[in-house]
Amino acid sequence: MTTTRRQVHLAAHFPGVNNTTVWTDPLQRSQIDFGAFEHFARTAERGRFDYLFLAEGLRLREHKGLIHDLDVVGRPNTLAVLTALAAVTRHIGLVGTLSATFNEPYELARQLATLDHLSNGRAGWNVVTSSDAFHGANFRRGGYLEHADRYTRASEFVSLAKELWDSWSPDAVVADRASGRFLADDAITPFAHRGPQFDVEGRYNVPRSPQGYPVIVQAGDSADGRDFAAEHAEVIFSRHSVFEEAQQFYRDVKGRLAGRGRTEDSLKILPAVTFALGDTEAEAADRAREDALAQVGPKTAITVLEQVWGVDLSDRDPDGPLPEFDPDPDASITKGWAPRYPNAVKIAQDWRARSEAEGLSIRELVISVAGRQSFVGTPGAVAAEIDRYVQERATDGFVIVGTTSPHGLDEFVERVVPELQERGVYRTEYEEGATLRRTLGLPEPTEVAEEVRRVG
Amino acid sequence: MTRRTTIAVAFDGAGWHPAAWRDPSARPDELFSPGYWIDLAGTAERAGVDFLTIEDALGLQSSVFGAVDDRTDQVRGRLDALLIASLIAPTTSRIGLVPTVTTTHTEPFHVATGLQSLDFASRGRAGWRVQVSGAAHEARHFGRRTFAPLDLEAARRGDSALVRELFDEARDVVEVVRRLWDSWEDDAIIRDAATARFVDRDRLHYADFEGTHFSVKGPSITPRSPQGQPLVTALAHQAIPYELAATSADLVFVTPHDDAQASSILGEVREAESHVGREGRPLSVLADLVVLLEATPALATAALARLDAEHGAPATSDALIFAGTPEALVEQIEAWTDLGYDGVRLRPARLTRDLDQIAEWVLPAFDRSDAAGATLRERLGFERPANRYAVEETAA
Repeated sequence: MTTTRRQVHLAAHFPGVNNTTVWTDPLQRSQIDFGAFEHFARTAERGRFDYLFLAEGLRLREHKGLIHDLDVVGRPNTLAVLTALAAVTRHIGLVGTLSATFNEPYELARQLATLDHLSNGRAGWNVVTSSDAFHGANFRRGGYLEHADRYTRASEFVSLAKELWDSWSPDAVVADRASGRFLADDAITPFAHRGPQFDVEGRYNVPRSPQGYPVIVQAGDSADGRDFAAEHAEVIFSRHSVFEEAQQFYRDVKGRLAGRGRTEDSLKILPAVTFALGDTEAEAADRAREDALAQVGPKTAITVLEQVWGVDLSDRDPDGPLPEFDPDPDASITKGWAPRYPNAVKIAQDWRARSEAEGLSIRELVISVAGRQSFVGTPGAVAAEIDRYVQERATDGFVIVGTTSPHGLDEFVERVVPELQERGVYRTEYEEGATLRRTLGLPEPTEVAEEVRRVG
Repeated sequence: MTRRTTIAVAFDGAGWHPAAWRDPSARPDELFSPGYWIDLAGTAERAGVDFLTIEDALGLQSSVFGAVDDRTDQVRGRLDALLIASLIAPTTSRIGLVPTVTTTHTEPFHVATGLQSLDFASRGRAGWRVQVSGAAHEARHFGRRTFAPLDLEAARRGDSALVRELFDEARDVVEVVRRLWDSWEDDAIIRDAATARFVDRDRLHYADFEGTHFSVKGPSITPRSPQGQPLVTALAHQAIPYELAATSADLVFVTPHDDAQASSILGEVREAESHVGREGRPLSVLADLVVLLEATPALATAALARLDAEHGAPATSDALIFAGTPEALVEQIEAWTDLGYDGVRLRPARLTRDLDQIAEWVLPAFDRSDAAGATLRERLGFERPANRYAVEETAA
């Protein structure tokens, strides 16, 4: 008797503007020239990835009142690059982060629908919200949004966007020369929406796109975030890559679906992971160590410490001990990062205890907590580990993050992907003409909409 | 030395005649597909067209100015023009790509980075047709401002408060976008391992723009793009828009209907330039023409009549509708370049057929061999502009 093994889904994260990307590596090329994105996209497609993923920049990060200069800085407009990549790829999904705070539904809905049309149904949207005045300083909206309203806005935004996407009937465009009819009767349903965030009405101006809606991706992790995911998300870009935590998260989120009339398969959970490969376990470990040292240089180690302590620590020796005092819980000297250390005092105490117990310097400590590669081993061992996560329902797959642009994915595609294919858990070819939603094994959007309506 | 005539082509749906989609050459069921736009751009590029523009708006097309209609016999619906241009970028290598991007309800920061990214994806061939949105129903799509219905008479007289406000805002948007484009000096990325610095933050600059409708801090998230400043263009019909063009743009499209108007409009543009105190290179001025081309005048007239009959009325346009032979069009273009125009933007009445006609019969009449370089600015004879922030430092 044979049982069908659960299939692995993979996404490729373009190397970001944080210290995961090792710009000192000789392999690092431009992170902004289009050729870098093109190479990355072609590599991911050669690796039969479900989708590639681009984060969004809204403002350059600052540390201690100055633009942060230790990491890669500078990235493109997400939508423009994804659409350009549609022209040089055929199968791979094109997913980007786009803020529900610093965009308006009418405009963003038509941009995402345009991407979906021009990619023949390969668009995805990672919905994020930001609430702070720091990012708001670049936008008409400003930074007025209350933290607690973030998911309210995101949810209202997505619901309104879906109303717009649904407002053209699927067969609206008849384009019949003989009768002179371009549009069918009742092709476009006027929309009207009045809510706490948006008060809008009119007619949407893009015909229904191949997928109907882009695939909705979500990354938040709070209870509100998980509820938002259960209502709207089709993919969760999760932070939980440690096996037991990942299993718990998987159970929790998938458990919320039944109450919304959704099946377990209607939501995929993909944590972000890094990797270091070698011909032997020892060689892989050496490379992971090299990466970690490059990712956490002396200055970066101090910066990470300052992010937790909230004060200037530039006089500290990165090879010396951690500060003996506790952080000021209200101080913050970093702007533009997702909040990484919500409970600074406790984190500082944990780190100090650990550094004393293990005799770690500041830099060693930061490497041990923040510079760790997720999967380290031979290609076969990494593939086996990925397979284990998926079979044992810790994830549905992973978002792979390379350490250099644009070649950071090459080795994974050349060495790990064949091992996964060998194990029978990963596609060897794309299905011709498949939409991103189909590639991900997700139900069609009409069904999603019905599910949401049934609950609402 | 003869001046190189600039020839641009304007893409919009199935073409600029409202019945264009019914022409046998049209591909009306492909207007929202990638292949349609890639094919058209390829045709234009192979012919030597200098740049293409793509129309856009934040609402449905309409036969009624400033309002919606319920017509089902004309093309309705359109894709985002900046993204169509982005799709075309990797499939072409010479033609300039000039999408329409609205300034009224959009975020200047996204407009700036979107155009920079188009400039990267096209390796220096991006431009921007600046457009305002004064329609009350489009404002309701955003729900953040309320516009009274546009008073057309006041707008024609040039004393509409709304028109003034929209164009003042557009000027602010272009200003902040241009600052963001310069907010990274060309050599800001240093990748200096010795000091562990990826960028030299002294070569990054805040835009620090504060205006009536918005403020933007900066810098851009995107490094300075290949052209530094993508080409800024505007369509203008009267004094207020001429002044916007003179203040903010590199190139202006105007709509003369005959030689006398062509001269007077050119004079008005030059007057606007001196009125706003424009410095540096004068505006490039292109005349817009809706064109329908056939081998003989009779065939062209008949083809227009057929389209008009299908439309149910003679088509109207802000621009001259030219239905004639390619030879006559070439003469018309030469007459206007002799008056001092830099060239024309041709709006194909039937996008598929008339673009083919333009490619086959019109472009060969003009010397296309002397394009000065690979970027759009170079192609049109513009310098790569110095960075305003770097210049300030040198001067200090």
